[in-house]
Amino acid sequence: MPERSSILQISKVGKTFGTRSGSFEALRDVDLAISGGEFVSIIGHSGCGKSTLLNLVAGLETPTLGGIFLEGQLVDGPGPERAVVFQNHSLLPWLTVYGNVRLAVDKVFAGRKSSAERDAWARQMLDLVNMSDAAEKRPAEISGGMKQRVGIARALAMEPKVLLLDEPFGALDALTRAQLQDSVMDIHARLGNTVIMITHDVDEAVLLSDRIVMMSNGPAAGIGEIHDLTLSRPRRRLELGENLDYIAARSAVMRFLTRNRTDKAA
Amino acid sequence: MKSVALTIVEPAEAPDPAGLQPAPAPDATTETASRERKPLEALARAILLPAITFGLVLLGWTIMQAAFVPSFPDVPTVWNKAIEIFSDPFYVYGPNDMGVAWQVMYSLGRVVAGFLLAVAVGIPAGFLIGANKTFEQAWMPLIAILRPVSPLAWLPIGLLIFRAVDPSAIFVIFITSIWPMILNTAAGVKAIPQDYLNVARVLNFNRREMVTKIYVPATLPYMLTGMQLSLGTAWMVIVAAEMLTGGIGIGFYIWDEWNNLSVPSIIVAIVIIGCVGILLEAGMNHIRRRYDYASKQE
Repeated sequence: MPERSSILQISKVGKTFGTRSGSFEALRDVDLAISGGEFVSIIGHSGCGKSTLLNLVAGLETPTLGGIFLEGQLVDGPGPERAVVFQNHSLLPWLTVYGNVRLAVDKVFAGRKSSAERDAWARQMLDLVNMSDAAEKRPAEISGGMKQRVGIARALAMEPKVLLLDEPFGALDALTRAQLQDSVMDIHARLGNTVIMITHDVDEAVLLSDRIVMMSNGPAAGIGEIHDLTLSRPRRRLELGENLDYIAARSAVMRFLTRNRTDKAA
Repeated sequence: MKSVALTIVEPAEAPDPAGLQPAPAPDATTETASRERKPLEALARAILLPAITFGLVLLGWTIMQAAFVPSFPDVPTVWNKAIEIFSDPFYVYGPNDMGVAWQVMYSLGRVVAGFLLAVAVGIPAGFLIGANKTFEQAWMPLIAILRPVSPLAWLPIGLLIFRAVDPSAIFVIFITSIWPMILNTAAGVKAIPQDYLNVARVLNFNRREMVTKIYVPATLPYMLTGMQLSLGTAWMVIVAAEMLTGGIGIGFYIWDEWNNLSVPSIIVAIVIIGCVGILLEAGMNHIRRRYDYASKQE
């Protein structure tokens, strides 16, 4: 199963939660290999367990069955090599924008970089997401889109082997979301990170991904279909509207989601 | 008064754990414009309206005194007494006869001592109860029983244990201050959003980093709210406690003046107690705002 240069393997993973009304099987038999530098989107209706899958990769939860391997090592807890950009940004409100990034840098590079190097690295990451001007502001003073930029800078500052995005743009308005998607594409092009992104936005998935993993509905959700995108990069959202590959990918995902529609999600 | 009834109070400007976008600022331009147009009017209102209230109270006092309670001192008598008291607040004519400033300072000293002891015990206890379900279940019933008890009920116990009045008064203030501190700290710990803890987990924070970099800063506004409530109540309780213990202190001063039938001194003391209370409250407010991370000032 390990293909060419797969960096992350999700192997026969199942997750069952114990709830008050008995056990609930959220995921069953999820198998996925992700190669270095790949941008993978996981899409599905709400409640299909896509966030559970991301939490398993992050190590915030433990699989009931199967295992997840990062560069051959079993994932058995959270760690900065699998940095997460949380949906609600999760910035610490008592720290400045810079302080939030620096907190991560100080922890991850303790003993490896000098204080001056850590400072430079934190500022470089803020620069990467165009947030240098707001470095001394508190999270309460900046907009939702800016907070999410800082969240991305904080995650990138950990130099993760896999960057995990948990519906990172879900809470943003359409214009801000488009801007941030462009930023993420730009950063991915420059740094070549391996990225897993949870989303429920078809256009976002098609625009950003190399591969779209479509999840079937729960309980016992799994991978329904996988769509490989052949769209060349860099991609420009305005030109894509007429691109046949783009249209094909978009309708493939739409078809899958419509077929799997549940009353709850509809 | 409200600080007695309410033990758990959300920080005035509650932190925004969900990270919702800040509410749009009220139309800043029109607001400053109107503020600039009538600063004098605002100032006049801020001074004039309270002045009218004070005037009415003095008028009512004068009428009451003249018509119904002639034994009560009239306003000029009290005024003269106040001038006499404030002309030499720091005199010392022996251990039982000191100026009013000393009385206030002894009271404040007991309040601060009891308060700091309560901080030292209450905040760690609050952390344990807030963070650990076992501790919570073990300790909350006891706290629930003891918290509604008037702190003065502990005074005889204090006298029995310490066999001296000063430690007993401090003990009473400690008991007064500790409940709001425990409960607010515990509430603050419980209110820490899971998101912050997830961030800490991804960063592999150890237990010490978890406490110093997440738990303490996230809980600080709640702790300060608890301290503010404690200090306000402690200042009220010390007056009553000192009336019972005697010695020196503003509470005993009132009792002593009552025994001397010097009611004007009592009225002056009441005003002094009120003013010190305002200063304590303002000081705590200032500290609380300083550490309120949700507020916008730098």
